[in-house]
Amino acid sequence: MANGSTIDISGAAARMVQRRPLVLHGRGYRWITDHISEITERSAPKWWWVATIFTGALTLLAVAMFTYLVATGVGVWGLNQPIGWAWDITNFVFWIGIGHAGTLISAILFLTRQKWRTSINRSAEAMTLFAVICAGLFPAFHVGRVWMVWFLAPVPTPLGIWQNFRSPLLWDVFAVSTYFTVSVIFWYTGLVPDLATLRDRAKTRLRKVFFGIFALGWRGSNRQWRHYEKAYLVLAGISTPLVLSVHSVVSFDFAVSILPGWHTTIFPPYFVAGAIFGGFAMVLTLLLPARALFGLHDLITAKHIDNMCKIILLTGSIVGYAYTMEFFIAWYSGNEFEKFAFINRATGPYWWAYWSMISCNVIAPQLFWFKRCRRNLWVIYAVVMCVNAGMWFERFVIIVTSLHRDFLPSSWGYFKPTWVDVCTFTGTIGLFVFLFLIFVRFLPMITMFEVKAILPEADPHHRADGAKGGHS
Amino acid sequence: MSARVYGAGAEFESAGALLRAAEKARDRGFKKWDVHSPFPIHGMDAAMGLGNSRVSAISLAGGATGLLTAFLLIWWTSAVEYPLITHGKPYFAWQFSMPIFFELTVLFTAFATLFGMLAMNLLPRPHHPVFNWERFRRVTDDGFFLVVEAADPLFSTSETPRFLEEIGGRHVALIEE
Repeated sequence: MANGSTIDISGAAARMVQRRPLVLHGRGYRWITDHISEITERSAPKWWWVATIFTGALTLLAVAMFTYLVATGVGVWGLNQPIGWAWDITNFVFWIGIGHAGTLISAILFLTRQKWRTSINRSAEAMTLFAVICAGLFPAFHVGRVWMVWFLAPVPTPLGIWQNFRSPLLWDVFAVSTYFTVSVIFWYTGLVPDLATLRDRAKTRLRKVFFGIFALGWRGSNRQWRHYEKAYLVLAGISTPLVLSVHSVVSFDFAVSILPGWHTTIFPPYFVAGAIFGGFAMVLTLLLPARALFGLHDLITAKHIDNMCKIILLTGSIVGYAYTMEFFIAWYSGNEFEKFAFINRATGPYWWAYWSMISCNVIAPQLFWFKRCRRNLWVIYAVVMCVNAGMWFERFVIIVTSLHRDFLPSSWGYFKPTWVDVCTFTGTIGLFVFLFLIFVRFLPMITMFEVKAILPEADPHHRADGAKGGHS
Repeated sequence: MSARVYGAGAEFESAGALLRAAEKARDRGFKKWDVHSPFPIHGMDAAMGLGNSRVSAISLAGGATGLLTAFLLIWWTSAVEYPLITHGKPYFAWQFSMPIFFELTVLFTAFATLFGMLAMNLLPRPHHPVFNWERFRRVTDDGFFLVVEAADPLFSTSETPRFLEEIGGRHVALIEE
């Protein structure tokens, strides 16, 4: 830093050129350590018990439903010819998409040096893992005989049969399992220094041993930080194309087929934008209550929320563009079947799903053009709940409306979910929230060391610490 | 003092103070020493005279292994061991292999990066002499420390603590092995 000609700014001018701080009320290192660690150390608040028991019960509902399915057969779900993929694959794509915001925040915003990511990346990454767990359940059980699911793994068997690597479904197995594994590695790498903080604060023997093991003996030395930061950069660098690839590969499940409504080259970017859109909505769905309940207003500020709303507005508009473009191409292609598939989507028996999708995904987020709406938590919560529902409807519309009108009118159908469909999906929502509640209770939900590093006093050239000019 | 001395440590009041102390320790010619902080400090590698981390080389090797593994897996199973005509597509082609080429490259890179970083940092290592220093507990909270090891050729139990005080260190202490 060249300090040859120091420009002194003060008063109103300083306030104008300075960026809005990401940590409010001048909170320091100690406050951050205490405030975040104490969430995991003091006894759990009453609401936590209520919420955990309730969502735990819903998790048991999912367990019961999957058990019933295994015991009876996949026919307990409502899918049948011609609709062989219905709620199960809708739910799979829905949950996978949710995960994308976590990786976007942790990887892409890291590479683009967006400092505001530090307050939200840990919980968003945790959300990613839990969403992918929920997602993986559906295709695993949809195979019917779930105990045969290991056939997806390329391991030598006495049968001498190998996987079909030409199939997008197998690509998807690799994409989703890689995504989950890499997300775990990335998340855990980011956790190590904070686990060391909990280790050093531990009062009970159990906590000392547990955090002692998982902190790996981290001692914050610069010779360690040097390798650590490089490793984190590499992980962010590979996670960036990974997150873009996962939903692209998921979209290949559809786009590589020759079904009108699925056979579309716009799918990969359209799916990725939709995934980020839906994922940010879910991040806000979880973080707004967490922020209020744990008093995190100084760390997750109005600016953080504002930024996330803007990303929702941007990606929501991209999704809206994609919906329009699909229609245009259906008309412009001159393909009768393609045209029918799309007109049928908007005006056929599933018109209600299509227009729910349009109003939730395209119209609702337009409120975020207005600063007042991006500042009103109730408006934000209403919009993100719309987006959560809208993104589920999007997958339902794509999957079910394309299948329910087969090429021969004799094979037309209408899908109705069974009670097992409904209870299974509800159960996975319970599982998702349940895992998140366990996470916020036992692990630091905000990356303490990264937030400390963006405080003004963490800059070695910070004025208050008596620095005289630069260093050699 | 009955136990052997591991080194001498001092605490500094801020990230900036630690950075300037590190520059002085570097210029003094110490070889076996380190600074400890709750978060990585910008510019500290240069202040300590450290070069670029080589973890990325391990990552690259991991990525190359992943790509090769994916190629061998797909080519050998689809074209050699179990050739089966599906959809009239060739037994092997790079086009349909791309997604799995990419995924396994990323997967192996991630593992190589994590384990490479841990190996270069000599972790996991739950016990380390610096943990014997009571004040050091604050390194993961708000403490900034500089530790010179007794194994350093310039180390002396009388001189080094005085040097640490001169460069602005407080709570200077000898750390037991």
